[in-house]
Amino acid sequence: MNWQIDLITLLLVIICGIGAISVKDLLGASILLGAYSFLMCVLWAVMGAVDVAFTEATVGAGVSTVICVAAVFQTTRRAKN
Amino acid sequence: MKKLGLLTVVVCGVLLLLKTAEFADWGDPNSPASRHLSPYFLENSIKDSAVPNVVTAVLADYRGFDTMFETTVILAAGLACFFILRVRKTEKPKSTYYRHVPTATTLRIIEGAVLPEQSKVFKRIDSVWVPFDLILATTCKAIIPFIQIFALYVIAHGHHSPGGGFQGGVVLGASIILMAISRNLGAAIAHLKEKTTVLMAMIGVFIYAGTGAFAALAGKNFLDYSTLATVLGVDEIMARSHGILIVETGVAIAVMAVMVWIYYNLSSAGKQDEGL
Amino acid sequence: MGEILDFIIAKSNYWSYVVLMMIGLYAMISRQNYVRKIIGMSIFQTAVILFYVSTAVKEKAVIPIIAHGHGEEANAAIEASQYINPLPHVLMLTAIVVGVATLGVALSLAIRVYQKYGTLEENEINDMIREQ
Repeated sequence: MNWQIDLITLLLVIICGIGAISVKDLLGASILLGAYSFLMCVLWAVMGAVDVAFTEATVGAGVSTVICVAAVFQTTRRAKN
Repeated sequence: MKKLGLLTVVVCGVLLLLKTAEFADWGDPNSPASRHLSPYFLENSIKDSAVPNVVTAVLADYRGFDTMFETTVILAAGLACFFILRVRKTEKPKSTYYRHVPTATTLRIIEGAVLPEQSKVFKRIDSVWVPFDLILATTCKAIIPFIQIFALYVIAHGHHSPGGGFQGGVVLGASIILMAISRNLGAAIAHLKEKTTVLMAMIGVFIYAGTGAFAALAGKNFLDYSTLATVLGVDEIMARSHGILIVETGVAIAVMAVMVWIYYNLSSAGKQDEGL
Repeated sequence: MGEILDFIIAKSNYWSYVVLMMIGLYAMISRQNYVRKIIGMSIFQTAVILFYVSTAVKEKAVIPIIAHGHGEEANAAIEASQYINPLPHVLMLTAIVVGVATLGVALSLAIRVYQKYGTLEENEINDMIREQ
C-alpha cells in the first residue's frame, strides 16, 4: 500500500468529518457526510476490503445521504450554535 | 458544556493514543487478529462450499446465524420507522397540482373540482413547486433498468466477485429511491406499494430462516445447507454453494424492501402523499 | 531518523482513527442540534469500522478472493498469509448495513421531535419541557 496516498486520504477524511459537524447548514452537513463516506470507501478499497468498500459506496455514500437529506427536508435546514 | 465536552474528548483521545503503542504493527501478517480463525476460513472455503470469495462464504455459511439476525435487525428498524412516523391519512389536501404535459403548464385544482386521476395528459405533481426538468427525468428513466440489472448481477455473482445480498439489495432499493427523487413519491409508490415492501421484507427474512429451519427439520444442524443436496440433486459441496445463493437472495429482498420502506416514511414524514 | 519515520508510518493510521472517533464523540457531547448529534454518531461508527478493517491488512497480500482453477490447479495448496484476513470484513459489512437502518430510526425520531416541539435544539426543548 502506498502510504502517501493513504495519508492524504486520511487527511481529507478528517477534514470532511470536522466540516460535517461544524457547518451551520444541515443540508451541507448531510452532503459532507456523504463525501466523508465516499472517501472512507476509497480508503477501504486501498486496504483491500473490496466487499466493505462496495457496501459503503452503496449504503454510506448513497442511501444514508438520501435519508439524511430527506430528514432535513422534513425538519429544518438551520442549526443554531 | 462545551468546555466539559472538549475536556472529556481530549482525555479520552490521549488515553486511546497512548494505547496505540501496544497495537500490532501496520500490515503485520502475524497479528493476533489474523492468526486464529481466519486461516481456517481461507484454506477451507473452496473445499467446503466451492465459493472463492471468502467473505461471502463466511458471511452466509460459517457465520450464518450472525447474518440471519442482522437481517432481522434491519426488518426491526423498518418496523420501528413505520411505528414512529406513519400516520393515517385523514384530511385530503385543499388543493392539488397538476402539470399539463404537452404545454408544460401547471394547474391548481381547488377543492370540489375533479380531474381524472389516470389521465395521460395531466400528471399530478407535488405542492412544493419544482421546475420540470426533461433531461433529469429522461436520464433517470433510461438509467433505472440498467441499475436494476446490475443489482441482480451483483447478487448472483457474489460467489466469485465482490458483492452479495446486502450490496445488491441496497442497489435495487436505490433504483426505486432514484425513481422517487427524479419523478415524485407517488410515482414510486405506484410501482412499489408500501404493503408490497412490508410483505417483501417479511418474505426475505422468511426465506433465510426457512432455509435454516428446513435443514433442522431434515435432521441436521440449523442452517446446514448440505441438507439441500437431496432436494437440488447435487453433491454436498455444491449444495452449500446453492444454499448461500438462496439465503443471499432472501437478504437482498429484505434489505431492498426495508430501504425503500424507510425512505417512503422518512421523506414524507409518514404521510406518504408527497415528499422529497 | 529512519526508525522514527517507520514508527510514524506504522502508527499514523491508528492515530487518525482516534482523531476521527473523537470528532464524532465531541459532536455527540457538545452539539445541541439533534441532526448534528446523529451525524456525529455516524462518524464515530465509521471510525470503529475503519479500525476493524485496518486490523485485517496484511503486507504483500491480495484481496480475499481465492484464485482457483480446474484440474491440476484446483488442488494447489492455499497459503493463508497470501490473502487478507476476511473475518473483520464480514463483521463490518453487516455493521454498515445495520448502521444505515439505525440511522433511519434515529432520524425518524428527530422528525417526530420536530413535529412536536417545532425545533431540533436540545436546550430549547429542555426549556419547553421545564415550562410545562
